[in-house]
Amino acid sequence: MIAYLIRRFGQALLVMAVMATIVFFGLYAVGNPVDLLINPEADLAEQEETIRRLGLDKPIHIQFGYFLAGLTQGDLGTSFVHNRPALELILSRLPATLELAFMGILIAVILGIPLGMIAGLKPDAPYSRFIMAGSVVGFSTPNFWQGLMLIMLFAVFLGWLPAGGRGETVDVLGIPVSFLTWDGLSHLILPAVNVAIYKMSLVIRLTRAGTAEIVHQDYVKYARARGLSPRRVVGVHVLKNILIPVVTVLGLETGNVIAFAVVTETVFAWPGIGKLLIDSIGLLDRPVVVAYLMLTVFLFVMINLVVDIAYSALDPRVRVKRGKA
Amino acid sequence: MIAPVLSVRNLVTEFDTRAGTVTAVDGVSLDVGPGEVLGIVGESGSGKTITGFSILGLIDKPGRIAGGEVLLNGQDLRTLPEAAMQKLRGDRIAMIFQDPMMTLNPVLRIDTQMVETIRAHRDVSPARARDMAAEALGLVGIPSPVERLRTYPHEMSGGMRQRVVIAIALMLEPDLIIADEPTTALDVTIQSQILSEMQRLLAARKTALIWITHDLTVVAGLAHRVAVMYAGRIVETGPVDDLLDRPAHPYTQGLISSIPSSVPRGERLVPIKGMTPSLISLPRGCAFAPRCPRASETCHNARPEAEDISEARSLRCFHPLEMAQ
Amino acid sequence: MSIAADTPLRRFAVDFLRSPTAVIAGLGLLAIALAAIFAGVIAPQNPYDLAQIDIFDGSLEPGSEGFNGFKYWLGSDEQGRDMLSAMIYGLRISLMVSFIAVSSAVAIGMVLGLLAAWRGGTVESIIMRAVDIQLSFPALLVALLLLAALGKGVDKVIIALILVQWAYFARTVRAAALVEIRKDYVTAARAAALPPSRILFGHVLPNVMPPVLVIATVQVANAISIEASLSFLGVGVPITQPSLGLLIANGFDYLLSGRYWISFYPGVALLVTLVCINVVADHVRDILNPRLQR
Repeated sequence: MIAYLIRRFGQALLVMAVMATIVFFGLYAVGNPVDLLINPEADLAEQEETIRRLGLDKPIHIQFGYFLAGLTQGDLGTSFVHNRPALELILSRLPATLELAFMGILIAVILGIPLGMIAGLKPDAPYSRFIMAGSVVGFSTPNFWQGLMLIMLFAVFLGWLPAGGRGETVDVLGIPVSFLTWDGLSHLILPAVNVAIYKMSLVIRLTRAGTAEIVHQDYVKYARARGLSPRRVVGVHVLKNILIPVVTVLGLETGNVIAFAVVTETVFAWPGIGKLLIDSIGLLDRPVVVAYLMLTVFLFVMINLVVDIAYSALDPRVRVKRGKA
Repeated sequence: MIAPVLSVRNLVTEFDTRAGTVTAVDGVSLDVGPGEVLGIVGESGSGKTITGFSILGLIDKPGRIAGGEVLLNGQDLRTLPEAAMQKLRGDRIAMIFQDPMMTLNPVLRIDTQMVETIRAHRDVSPARARDMAAEALGLVGIPSPVERLRTYPHEMSGGMRQRVVIAIALMLEPDLIIADEPTTALDVTIQSQILSEMQRLLAARKTALIWITHDLTVVAGLAHRVAVMYAGRIVETGPVDDLLDRPAHPYTQGLISSIPSSVPRGERLVPIKGMTPSLISLPRGCAFAPRCPRASETCHNARPEAEDISEARSLRCFHPLEMAQ
Repeated sequence: MSIAADTPLRRFAVDFLRSPTAVIAGLGLLAIALAAIFAGVIAPQNPYDLAQIDIFDGSLEPGSEGFNGFKYWLGSDEQGRDMLSAMIYGLRISLMVSFIAVSSAVAIGMVLGLLAAWRGGTVESIIMRAVDIQLSFPALLVALLLLAALGKGVDKVIIALILVQWAYFARTVRAAALVEIRKDYVTAARAAALPPSRILFGHVLPNVMPPVLVIATVQVANAISIEASLSFLGVGVPITQPSLGLLIANGFDYLLSGRYWISFYPGVALLVTLVCINVVADHVRDILNPRLQR
């Protein structure tokens, strides 16, 4: 287990190093942020002062050296645009993204598992075909366009929900959240649904495939032969076996949700790390992009570990193997 | 004669397949009295398992029970609503499946599966149900039953798992137990242990038992009466000793001659020629005719009806073997 | 079954034609591909020929007629460009980008996958470790960061797509090739000292093609979707070569003022294309999956 952890972290470090280097030099090659940042009306002295303050007067390899030196002290650099430490900036936006991601996954699971089970239990019923057709469409719809259509329908034509922004937030344990105020919740619904639809289609497909396979297992027939109610058979015996693959895939998908939040956050102007990334790429705000990258790689490694642990908690057979190994 | 616990009359179970309707159980009639053990013997695909599931009303689409009566203590189960059938399953009629590895749900602990069965049929507290479960495990010879309750199926040996399943079957003192090849997956030594255990427990409780198997030797040691199935029909029934000593149906004769211990050492075994027929394309006449050494023109054109050949025996054959001493 | 199942291909065709949904999706896909290939012939207008577009016809609703009597079936954008024509040209770019990217990814993945399966040892562990790492990060994010570093451009989008997709093929090919390589005929070919390239490309490769084809189909859909997302986010194709994704992005600003058609129709085209590909891929997978065969 320890060796496994060390290997995982080693891999993560390697990826971080390679990607960070590529992006660091790449962004330098793409363009000079100074052109975008500096007020053209400022005088030459002021401009030079800014360039020096940002460290952009040095050659690129020197800048990279500073960056590495900063890293050893846990400093990922300072945003050119916001003039704040990049890591701090990202962490301040992280709660918004996490709230969006978890809300999306929650909706996907709450609706997706029952729908998938219905489709798996009665594969030939008209409503099952409808569910499956819906999931193919949900699976295929480009996420950003789907977001635009949600805005068009619910914000522009019907006027029920706001088109973007995060709305009012409340601090819970010092972290701002939206879902506790009506205004915040109304801003959260559309982006969360946008995140949820794709995941829900995935959950439906997984659950249906799992259900269709599990209902033919002997233990399901045996559960029925013991006189258990259909609700108990489906709700405990089938569901518990389905949760194993669904939780595994969903856990691995959490990373994807955070990645795809880039799209949803852009469409709905949701102030999370995805929107920050896109804005920073547009403004060539290199420290923020590099810091984002390193943080997400770290996040991914953590998510994969949590999924592994959750998987063994759900499947007693895996637990034994790990214990012996 | 004492009233039978279970009396099946002309049971017909059909399956709709792409290639047409298949009659898996074709006019099966049988009786089991209290404390009696009926062995149903047949090759795989002969309809013996489907007969068991039909009695329990557990035939799933595309199958259906197309005709006949299933009388439990005089009440026709086929007229009962599903809710009443559910109450009956596991309580009045218990079933034991072939492979204990596949029948116990792998992700639920033994106690969960035992307690849920008890509480589906008896209005008792969870604590009381656990006590009952532990008691049942003790009864079938499982050491330290209270600790065993906390384990998962995969943590037990095959023999131990099958004892758990037997304990679950006996737990609610049913009128009838249907056991479908319960010892086939076990080692021979474990098999005989479990067989003698079953005999002891059943005799004490006057429980009727239907023992479904392909193995005539198991039946010889356990059953009081035997029904031989071929291609969905019972071709011969009778008291076990009488039937094994003086088989009347050529198929029964064939089964007996295929058992190694039935012929003196050094002599050749006599296998039954040909293959089990496919239920999709059964011959017009007697299903066994193509493989039968005694078949005549009549056999190929007409199906023999069941006839009583003595007080305790019945037979479907135009050209039975001489029942000489 | 009384169907004469002579060749695997024939059997495949028969199974495929049995599902009406798959046939419709397949025909739809064919139509879409033809429209993209013959965009210049089919489109009512060349939307990038300035002589053909008229700024006075800007932002017309679907079905309106322009000043010179030209009918804008799906409306026009703010510069007076016919949306239908822009969509057909956009489709061409979307399909071309994803097709080139996936074919290259297949080629690279196949070579690396075969190499890993054949050589084993260090070569295999290096390749497979790279595959594992690659696949543990979301394609969109990796592509996005790569493009942030590479800058905009059709060629750069293709490079990014290849980089995020090769690993799927390398993994699949290696797994399938390992099964093949253990079979007797390969042992025999090895014993006969046939050159490895001949064994791998002549004998092993044809047998690993079915799963590769299924994944390639799915990945074409993925590539189209990722390209559209990247272009929407402003790091994909340049404004001079707008794909469907960029057309949608361009319409974003007009959506809130009710001019929905600029974003709506390109999105529908994208959606229909992706649904067709996914339906076909699903069905092909079901046919090729031996577990589902009855």
